[in-house]
Amino acid sequence: MTDVHGHEPEIHTSDDEHGNAYSGLLVNDAHWAFGTDFEDPLAGVDTTVPDGADAEEIAAYCLMLGDDALVFSQRISEWCSRAPDLEEDIALANIALDLLGQARLLLARAAAADPALVPQLPEDSPVPAEDRLAFFREDVDFRSVRLAEVPNGDFAEAVAKILMFSTWRLAIFERLQNSEDAVLSAIAAKGVKEMTYHRDFSGRWVLTLARGTEESRRRLLTALDGLWPLWPELFETHPIEAAIAEAGIGIAPAEVAGEADAIIDQVFAAVGIDRPETGALAGVRGRKGRDGLHTEALSRMLAEMQVVARAHPRGKW
Amino acid sequence: MVTAHRTETEAETLDRARAAAARVRDPEMPMLTLVDLGVLRDVRIEDGRVVTVITPTYSGCPAMATMRDDLQRELEDAGFPDAEVRVSLTPAWSSDWITEEGRRALAQAGISPPGQAPRNPGPVALTLLPTRRDVRCTLCGSSSVRLTSEFGPTACKAMYQCLDCLEPFEHVKEI
Repeated sequence: MTDVHGHEPEIHTSDDEHGNAYSGLLVNDAHWAFGTDFEDPLAGVDTTVPDGADAEEIAAYCLMLGDDALVFSQRISEWCSRAPDLEEDIALANIALDLLGQARLLLARAAAADPALVPQLPEDSPVPAEDRLAFFREDVDFRSVRLAEVPNGDFAEAVAKILMFSTWRLAIFERLQNSEDAVLSAIAAKGVKEMTYHRDFSGRWVLTLARGTEESRRRLLTALDGLWPLWPELFETHPIEAAIAEAGIGIAPAEVAGEADAIIDQVFAAVGIDRPETGALAGVRGRKGRDGLHTEALSRMLAEMQVVARAHPRGKW
Repeated sequence: MVTAHRTETEAETLDRARAAAARVRDPEMPMLTLVDLGVLRDVRIEDGRVVTVITPTYSGCPAMATMRDDLQRELEDAGFPDAEVRVSLTPAWSSDWITEEGRRALAQAGISPPGQAPRNPGPVALTLLPTRRDVRCTLCGSSSVRLTSEFGPTACKAMYQCLDCLEPFEHVKEI
């Protein structure tokens, strides 16, 4: 018997690999426990530390910037399939992807500068350094600012949070382009182009929501009030940041406070919003995100983000 | 019988390697080669080995690993099993590097090619109004188009819709 194309029909048995709808999914892919593949994002990039620079300080600094991007990326990606419409869903996913790309480069850079930072796994584990840092560190080892971990609220909250985060990070990355460290300078130059889009996206949405309906304006103001206590933390300079800025490799966030405030004021002035008057969220005995002191939200987020990787430290099952 | 066997000159080897590398296509925009896209920065010979240099378009571009694998495979097939693919982050990729041929290929595939990338000597300006671009509908050529999103199906594209023929289309962003 032949089919319409004149071919002999193929007989499929139940154990035939082609008879299983899922078999195609598993071709060449035994490593599903991890988000990234087993490629070093810095493969072929010269990661030599500049002369006279302190490798451990560079690594600690890259971890801070990398953790900010990783944690915030994970939060934004939680919006996937939940945004008000398809365009915004894709926009949020794109923003998360750009930040994930920055996180990969920065965590890989941290690991290259100071291998002692990277968690140990079983000897035969092929999990690369960036994934070890992302999936096998405890909450207290994360150096991200607390704004990055705030649980998602409504769309206005996402817009407000992205505006604050991208305004701050873009100001830092603009200056970081002149880093003495060639890798950091290159990561910053790419990041500036990406985050220009993130900041414009959120700024335009702030305008839209503020000028929209009474309800959209109310939601925006509520979101800003709730997030504002975390704004001052962004501009506190941690001793590592002070040292790295001194060495011409990193940026002391305090330096960009004026510039970031001016951008925020520009957005607020366009729609007649006053800066919230809520005070800063205190740390615990002065310790905050950069010191590894986080809110409970980070622990919950990491539990979900890390559970599969931790169950399969060899990267496969 | 006279055979024409002779050792290939380094220039010839390089030509062959360049030709092989130039065949590799972008996995997400297969109408473009890596050369068209401006991602392939260099093909050279170092100590008798072929070395190619590529640069990512966006930090999170998920196509990077595929590009690297495809390049490696193409060079291997062309007789360069020990070719090396290096990633260079600097200078950062710009949409200005998309070649004329690449722009034509994009337009033919219904994707609007990028305009001139912005130059930012000073601080990056905040732009609260939609970016103004000289974009034309890739189907009917109308310049009456609407930006629907600055973010599209891949990291490098924005979404537009034609207000005349209603065609939705993608535009490669200027960076």
